[in-house]
Amino acid sequence: MAKILMKGNEAIGEAAIRAGCLNYFAYPITPQSEVAEYLVRRMPEVGGVFLQGESEVAVGYMLFGAAGAGARVFTTSSSPGISLMSEAISYIAGAQCPAVFVNIMRGGPGLGGILPSQGDYFQATKGIGHGDCRLLVMAPASVQEAVEMVMMAFPLAEKYRNPVMILGDGLIGQMMEPVEFPDHLKTEPSNKDAWASNGMDHRGSKTRNLVKSLFLDPVQLNDNNLALKAKYERMRAEDVRSAAYNIDGDYPVLLVSYGTMSRVCRTAIDMLKDEGIEVGMIRPQTLFPFPEKAVADAAAKPSCRHVLSIEMSMGQMVEDVDRCIRGRVPVEWYGKCGGDIPTPEEIISVVKARIAGKE
Amino acid sequence: MGKTFKKPDVLTDAYTHYCPGCTHGVIHRLVAETIDELGIRGRTVGIAPVGCAVMAYNYFDCDFQEAAHGRAPAMATGIKRVRPDLMVFTYQGDGDLASIGMGEIIHAANRGEKFTTIFVNNAIYGMTGGQMAPTTMPDQRTTTSPLGRNVAEVGMPIKMAELLAALQTPAYITRQTVIKPKYITKAKKAIKQAFTYQMENRCFSLVEVVSTCPTNWGMTPVEAVEWTENTLLKYYQPGDYKVPA
Ligand SMILES: Cc1ncc(C[n+]2csc(CCOP(=O)(O)OP(=O)(O)O)c2C)c(N)n1
Ligand code: SF4
Repeated sequence: MAKILMKGNEAIGEAAIRAGCLNYFAYPITPQSEVAEYLVRRMPEVGGVFLQGESEVAVGYMLFGAAGAGARVFTTSSSPGISLMSEAISYIAGAQCPAVFVNIMRGGPGLGGILPSQGDYFQATKGIGHGDCRLLVMAPASVQEAVEMVMMAFPLAEKYRNPVMILGDGLIGQMMEPVEFPDHLKTEPSNKDAWASNGMDHRGSKTRNLVKSLFLDPVQLNDNNLALKAKYERMRAEDVRSAAYNIDGDYPVLLVSYGTMSRVCRTAIDMLKDEGIEVGMIRPQTLFPFPEKAVADAAAKPSCRHVLSIEMSMGQMVEDVDRCIRGRVPVEWYGKCGGDIPTPEEIISVVKARIAGKE
Repeated sequence: MGKTFKKPDVLTDAYTHYCPGCTHGVIHRLVAETIDELGIRGRTVGIAPVGCAVMAYNYFDCDFQEAAHGRAPAMATGIKRVRPDLMVFTYQGDGDLASIGMGEIIHAANRGEKFTTIFVNNAIYGMTGGQMAPTTMPDQRTTTSPLGRNVAEVGMPIKMAELLAALQTPAYITRQTVIKPKYITKAKKAIKQAFTYQMENRCFSLVEVVSTCPTNWGMTPVEAVEWTENTLLKYYQPGDYKVPA
């Protein structure tokens, strides 16, 4: 298929359709409302479902109901909206249903702003809802990658029977880039008959299915959480992703950065290379599971003296980076969170300061 | 001689956990009879609330999903939108539907979602031990209104059937009770009508059932029936509040 120029938000909507997801429920919020504006036109063309819910709270449960009934389903929102959906996300995880959430992050906390941010890292990777639940979280760095991750998210959600989140920042949603929708990423929904409340007649069964997260018996609840834990361990083993940049040479500084921020880091790395300074980078593509080994290995290179976590948040991912490196090399954070994105020049000066041993 | 009265097929053999004198069990039976009579068990999905009926799925042998407190109408919307062929009902208490889930029920009804809600109004929070509900009567004592509901502070009890009937979208909204056989017959008709409107894809349907909570009202089952009839039903008057054209 030829490449076409598309805005990130529209490409995300199209990618879901191309992946085989024809059910979309949403509530408007900047900077991702274009997904709904795109899909309200597009869904009828493909015989799909579009519904604007009355709130993100309701949208979360529309997803839960539809997923519980065996349908492929997704929504898109931005930071404050995801907070409202977090109740449903916990229930969906507890009841082990697949659903895909796209968070095009804006600055917070509170109403914050409408410009790009990566401030929801903790929320997405550590504490998305009450209880012991986790999401599989993917972070795209381009519109093309957003498309591919959205398309991958549905089979992953079904593989694990767990919510999956695409964590993009406002820039990914708003920028226009050439994209291609890879045919091989279109998948058939997995067989839901084993567990979904899709009607006994529909699956030709005499036994009913229950979709629930209530386990009053402590042993059963513990068992359910052990099953969830086993899934999260499987994600760590089978679906962790990262990309490396410029890690073949001997670099004194390693950057860890994701999403739009990692693109600025790449530019800084190229500019430093022109000056004869080597800097490597690991770009997590999954934030949960976190690419622990890739980061640890890259930091273990004998030349590596400094690790910098460059983020559009006030130092959140740095805690995961630090955890992987376990004190072997100093780990520091650099970033901004208000909508201003650190420039290549700023990153260059931070890197040079570390090499010179200055604060 | 053949059996003239038997347990509906869709009801399981499980003993219910409801208190003596509670009418949740009667309401379950009416819903179960309706599902049997309409022959829809194989395409029915029930949605259990948070409240005393949280484990309704232990008593109905059909597909079930369990909602968060108040969110059942949004879940039912999700199911009906992706699978309009399924028969979906929510079973919700008054705390569930009239308090935390007020937004969800109003918007689902206003969109004309084609599912059925069984709304059990017992004027109190049962499961959590008798706290004040939006439906608690003026001066009614509960654990969070120990001196009686003070309407000057918290307003009058909300009449959900009337509130929902004010919406312009076509719907079937009715209020019933099951405290005595003469009411049960009417309630059964209403529940069956509500499911039938869904089956015909005609409209949203809600049956409010004024129910008892002797345990948290601090009454015997007999006193609870009397209080329902003499007090609750005076304020929550039975009848059809909206019928589709
Ligand atoms: C989000 C949330 N808030 C509060 C609760 C606690 N809770 C459980 S049942 C209930 C009240 C239920 O009362 P009602 O809906 O009237 O049903 P009843 O028990 O009377 O049948 C509450 C407040 C909860 N489970 N979830
Ligand atoms: S607490 Fe009240 S509503 Fe709940 S089962 Fe007992 S009597 Fe019924």
